[in-house]
Amino acid sequence: MTRNATFVFSNDYLQYQFNQDHPFNQHRVLMTKELLESTAVLKDQDIIQPRLATDEELLLFHDYHYIEAVKKAGEGKLNKDEGLLYGLGTEDTPVFSNMHEAASLLVGGSLTAVDAVLYGDSDHALNLGGGLHHGFKRKASGFCIYNDAAIAIKYIRENYGLKVLYVDTDAHHGDGVQSAFYDDPNVCTFSIHETGRYLFPGTGEVNERGIKEGHGYTFNLPIDAFTQDESFVEVYESAFKNIAAYFKPDVILTQNGADAHCYDPLTHLCGTMEIYERIPALAHELAHIYCDGKWIALGGGGYDIWRVVPRAWAQIWNVMKVDQIATGDLPMAWLEKWQQKSPLPLPHHWHDSNDAFPVIPRKEEIKEKNKKNLQQMLKYSNRFTS
Amino acid sequence: MLVEEIMTEDVITLPPTATIAQGLQLLQDYRIRHIPIVNEQHHVIGIVSDRDIRDASPSIFLENSNHEELQNEIQTIMSSPVISVHPLDFVEEIARVFHDKEIACLPVVQNYKLIGVVTEKDMLYTLIQLTGTNVQSSLIEVKVLDIPGMLPGVTAILGKRNVNIVSVLIYPYKDDPDYKILVFRIQTMNPTPVIQDLRNAGYQLLWPNNISEPKL
Repeated sequence: MTRNATFVFSNDYLQYQFNQDHPFNQHRVLMTKELLESTAVLKDQDIIQPRLATDEELLLFHDYHYIEAVKKAGEGKLNKDEGLLYGLGTEDTPVFSNMHEAASLLVGGSLTAVDAVLYGDSDHALNLGGGLHHGFKRKASGFCIYNDAAIAIKYIRENYGLKVLYVDTDAHHGDGVQSAFYDDPNVCTFSIHETGRYLFPGTGEVNERGIKEGHGYTFNLPIDAFTQDESFVEVYESAFKNIAAYFKPDVILTQNGADAHCYDPLTHLCGTMEIYERIPALAHELAHIYCDGKWIALGGGGYDIWRVVPRAWAQIWNVMKVDQIATGDLPMAWLEKWQQKSPLPLPHHWHDSNDAFPVIPRKEEIKEKNKKNLQQMLKYSNRFTS
Repeated sequence: MLVEEIMTEDVITLPPTATIAQGLQLLQDYRIRHIPIVNEQHHVIGIVSDRDIRDASPSIFLENSNHEELQNEIQTIMSSPVISVHPLDFVEEIARVFHDKEIACLPVVQNYKLIGVVTEKDMLYTLIQLTGTNVQSSLIEVKVLDIPGMLPGVTAILGKRNVNIVSVLIYPYKDDPDYKILVFRIQTMNPTPVIQDLRNAGYQLLWPNNISEPKL
């Protein structure tokens, strides 16, 4: 069955590039797009261009002075000390030329995706250039300048007044988005991530549940380093289903960081492609149960841009467009083109072969801890749903 | 870090002649667990905990209790003399007082007058600040020989990579007196270059950063 879905993309997404060696690399988005084009699931008429977010839209979440600082930084006019106050010019978020424009385009892409679903006639929309969940009101951090996810949700609240469920499967805690809606009962945020004991940003404890009217509308599920598919899928599916039943959203917005994979160099989680097949499938299913299909998906982290991200992200579109994941061999044409650029041998199949991933000794212990965290997280909301 | 930096200055107090009922009310209104009892010169002459007040209150299982016990003066149930601290004491010194004396609230006294209180909760909050877990960061643990020059060796590597250190802790390695663990929280989402530099320099990293790529 073919769905009405929109793929937001522009080659200008590649302008969001801190420097040559930086791990955040938007070639991932281009590789994903080309992968989908070579399997013919993505067609020209599915693609729309992102617009630039206006200053007013950025101000829905960010501070005026911060936006001005980003503009100045992009013109090379921001001094070093002032930049550091805003998190600009660090190793994580270095200054680059025209950074305001590049970051605004990613935000505009997420707003374009929102409008395609809520104003246009798409059921689903995908903006892989977005998902920059570490951006704060007046601070860049964790490779993120403007927080397109937070802005998109504010924009939905402002223009459509819908209840939004934000689901963040990036291996890092979605701290910026959480902070934006910590006291808001109309926006429910759920982040599953590697525990912050070792990993950036360190937050995302189960007991972070929101404040004031928003108490009970923030959910955090930290999972242990070296968590594998089985445990990830078990706690994630249970959590998402419970939270959706409790909150009954009007629209679902997902952040689809693809850095929980075993190959990812920045995190300690140990998933395979299996989780990236299940994540969009469940979002899709629940969007149809609760939201009449309304589902907006964004990109996010993902630092093995060769072997992991294109396959993982392409599955989101496969689910949106044809309601099933792709299986079997990857298209030869795509492999030939990108193998030339990749420093690592590219996988040849959509799935990961299991023998590539040896047994983790503490597997049962990890599973038990993750399950305990799940129960802890759901202990107040469970009674509404069971 | 000094006591005056972490103490609460707006202290809820009662005179010795106040009733136990007034004390009970204050505990409920302000959600506190200790009330210093002060005289007219604002000298601390006693302290009352929520447990002291509960012990003096009629049991909830008693029916038709007229609660007249609650009209007794609070000085009849206060603890005295009171262990107090000075605003210029060190936080680590008073942590020891909390631990050794098994108490949960310390009045801060200067020139005999009450100027603040520090509670166990304030101490724990301070500990959170000291460990740096309140700031966005990644954690790296390095096992080193307990000899001079190890800490600067590691920080030089961090410095070269231009990463900001949020906090540093040094603690003993299990029961082995020859080693120490250095715990760094560094303000970056990408610790891989630092980890690689440390490995190349021969430092021993602890789990999970002791596992090199691929992770397994």
